[in-house]
Amino acid sequence: MDGKYNFTILKSTQFFINTTCLNPIFLSSSREKKRRRIEDLTEKMAVDGGHRDSGCDWDGRWNHVRKFLERPGPFTHPDFEPSTESLQFLLETCKILVIGAGGLGCELLKNLALSGFRLIHVVDMDTIDVSNLNRQFLFRPKDVGRPKAEVAADFINSRIPGCKVVPHFKKIQDFDESFYRQFHIIVCGLDSIIARRWMNGMLISLLSYEDGVLDPSSIIPLIDGGTEGFKGNARVILPGMTACIDCTLELYPPQINFPMCTIASMPRLPEHCIEYARILQWPKEKPFGDTSLDGDNPEHIQWVFDRAQERAAEFNITGVTYRLTQGVVKRIIPAVASTNAVIAAACATEVFKIATSAYIPLNNYLVFNDVDGLYTYTFEAERKENCSACSQVPQDLQFPPSAKLQEVLEYLTENASLQMKSPAITTTLEGKNKTLYLQSVKSIEERTRPNLCKTLKELGLSDGQELAVADVTTPQTVLFKLNFTA
Amino acid sequence: MAATKASKEQKYDRQLRLWGDHGQETLENAHVCLINATATGTEILKNLVLPGIGAFTIVDGHTVSGEDKRNVFALTLALMLQNRAQAATELLQELNSDVSGNFVEESPDKLLDNDPEFFHRFTIVIGVQLPESTCLRLGSVLWSASVPFLVCKTYGLIGYMRLAVQEHTVIESHPDNALEDLRLDQPFGEFKNHIQSYDLDSMDKKDHSHTPWIIIVAKYLEKWLSEHNGQPPKNYKDKEAFRQLIREGILKNENGVPEDEENFEEAIKNVNTALNPTKVPSAVEDLFNSEQCKNITSQTPDFWVMLRAVKEFVHNEGNGSLPVRGTIPDMIADSQKFINLQNPPESISEKDIKLFCKNASFLRVVRCRSLTEEYSVDSVNKDEITSCMDSPDSEMVFYLMLRAVDRFYQQHSRYPGVYNYQVEEDISKLKLCVNGLLQEYSLNVNIKDDYIHEFCRYGAAEPHTVAAFLGGSAAQEAIKIISHQFVPFSNTFIYNAMSQTSATLQL
Repeated sequence: MDGKYNFTILKSTQFFINTTCLNPIFLSSSREKKRRRIEDLTEKMAVDGGHRDSGCDWDGRWNHVRKFLERPGPFTHPDFEPSTESLQFLLETCKILVIGAGGLGCELLKNLALSGFRLIHVVDMDTIDVSNLNRQFLFRPKDVGRPKAEVAADFINSRIPGCKVVPHFKKIQDFDESFYRQFHIIVCGLDSIIARRWMNGMLISLLSYEDGVLDPSSIIPLIDGGTEGFKGNARVILPGMTACIDCTLELYPPQINFPMCTIASMPRLPEHCIEYARILQWPKEKPFGDTSLDGDNPEHIQWVFDRAQERAAEFNITGVTYRLTQGVVKRIIPAVASTNAVIAAACATEVFKIATSAYIPLNNYLVFNDVDGLYTYTFEAERKENCSACSQVPQDLQFPPSAKLQEVLEYLTENASLQMKSPAITTTLEGKNKTLYLQSVKSIEERTRPNLCKTLKELGLSDGQELAVADVTTPQTVLFKLNFTA
Repeated sequence: MAATKASKEQKYDRQLRLWGDHGQETLENAHVCLINATATGTEILKNLVLPGIGAFTIVDGHTVSGEDKRNVFALTLALMLQNRAQAATELLQELNSDVSGNFVEESPDKLLDNDPEFFHRFTIVIGVQLPESTCLRLGSVLWSASVPFLVCKTYGLIGYMRLAVQEHTVIESHPDNALEDLRLDQPFGEFKNHIQSYDLDSMDKKDHSHTPWIIIVAKYLEKWLSEHNGQPPKNYKDKEAFRQLIREGILKNENGVPEDEENFEEAIKNVNTALNPTKVPSAVEDLFNSEQCKNITSQTPDFWVMLRAVKEFVHNEGNGSLPVRGTIPDMIADSQKFINLQNPPESISEKDIKLFCKNASFLRVVRCRSLTEEYSVDSVNKDEITSCMDSPDSEMVFYLMLRAVDRFYQQHSRYPGVYNYQVEEDISKLKLCVNGLLQEYSLNVNIKDDYIHEFCRYGAAEPHTVAAFLGGSAAQEAIKIISHQFVPFSNTFIYNAMSQTSATLQL
């Protein structure tokens, strides 16, 4: 029997070349350097006393993991070398950040803990709701109202000996680079595109370039999972190297907003009737005074439901139910345990592959749908050459000098590749920093609102002027260059 | 009691939006049997307990091993002496107090020896990490008893599922891209009258801009038909011209500039789908022509009785079309008449018929071959196997490797490469099994040595992330079988965690 086996590289050669240098730990000198840096960081970020109790590892506990770390194989990553040290790395050094402790987060924590990861942090700003219990299995009815991150961490720590999950009942925006820099891999189970983009931007801001060349040790891989009903996706992002969240913004389906004329005059679906009550009748009739519609207030929902039913009756439309009303008002996304289990599993597999170099990671996007049989599709999402988040290419703004600032604002929010939410625009005029428009602070909004009607020329802007734009979708300011057109 | 119902509604809210109260009811009346509470088995069951199945029974004769203890329900040392079935039952129960859990501390082979009818009581049986002989024995019993059987296996980085059900009907398939049932090429009576009531040319600006786009398309279609000998727009050129015709209908202001009429824009945008010819989908035609539909007896399940009624409708009152999805008053009267002949009236309600008619375009029937047929030399699906193996990246190779590994187990009473020292020597033994398999079934395919090495390397490991992927997949397929909503796969599913790809095969 011969000892040579054909190495089959399952992914494109290009990716193979790119990731060779990315191997997170031991063996070559650059890796050894990184390992020492990681050890330093681990010490600095002293976690819970730091003493690892290896006595909790009973016989056979990690057999299923060892087989992939200690045995050579024909399909492993070209950098992989079997070693007993890999398991130790997982158990004692590798630090993972899980963002979200909800449907995906609970599954991720469990998957990681059972695969040998012990140093895990989890961030979630929410508390537990009854409607979470059909899938977020680390929670029990008695936990309703408590912070998700804390209950999840408690559950894992008390049930899986040796595992030390550190919870953070916070928003991701509450942390800065010094927090995120300590992790080897970050995995997201978020329910918001804005949050994803922010996280994406944060990791891009951590990248360091030496003479224009990206330093691989500054890359923190981001594994991102998302689910909706029976559909889901999992992707691997190597910031600065592969397609980032913003590179593929168009992949996210637009939120369903019915045309106003349909809602106002020609409804056909029960949803149209509900939106009529929500968007048109509520502001007009102000049934509970000046309060805005609160999706969690049963009285509010009941009001919308009653109005929607009246409208539906007028147009002979069936199907308006309380449940549907609540779903439309709260923009509820249906969810089940199974889809979250599948996507979190795929994500955790990628975390394992990247942490251990056991196999070549997913390159780089997986789509899943089990409405009709089970369907998966795997493809390589491409980087966008002029991506506003990761390309380092200065963003262009083409406007005539007679254009109003309002038009620039609309472009920033409506352009499919930018999709900003409430951009704040500043620039330097006569050596001084000037805010052209900012929405999030009431006093500044009032002060700068008149600027919206002024032309770019009137505002004193010139051709080639740099505008700095801040927005919730990114932790860093995006620089735009103003190019005057005729 | 009311409190419990309300809290259930809240707890299950997110999933009720997918399968409704009636779907939930089927789950709560279901009794699922899981054989072998391994990592994969407990993951599958967890994803069934959480959404609230009525009851489960775990059949498992194993005691808890060191590897098992790593399970999510992280068994404490005290449970070490317990059998796996009991330990898993207790821990799964915790997840949802609405579910009742049972366990049988017995191997499935023993049960098949002493009491095969034990399995008849279940809504579905899920067999995990079963050796081939047990799998085939059990498969045969369940096939005869018409109990759906879902076989699952996690082997290294490969996940495998096999569904064995004779006939599974689906009324509510909930297709992703259900096109609207507009029927503009055959407007039915009420709709025709409704269109007549609109006169675009004499409307004021406000009404003109608020006329529903469907009416606009219908009106202009009438115009087109009168100008083109009754022929609707067929090719791209025609449709462009049709769009232009509608565009010209947009009101212009005093300077001749077109106004902003959103409804006309909608109409133009939707011309393609609006002009879809109305016809019975071929899948439904196939169902009309199937044996069950042709030969209705007193034993025939409701699905086929209703289908037959729809078929009759299509050939008579429907003039070649299915009942309109929206309202079907005439359909009820006639199908009731027909159905009264075959069944006591109570068995099929008006609600059932309405639901059936609403979904008539999307009916699906799934039929799987039995395991016996798959494994028999006479009926093995050689074509599927050899044609898949022609593609270098096909997942079919993993199916063949799993079959080879089963052989290895039969011959050596163990799986290859479990212990480090075995890996090298088992490669040649496994290769013999592979060759034996290919020979027995006369499969002229080539399996690279790399795969044989890899399967020895796996050492029958059940990595948690692969078990979890399969856990989610299998649980949802079980829910589809129980609820008869959404369409189950048929009949073999392979997941490759190395490349994050999958395939569905017909074996």
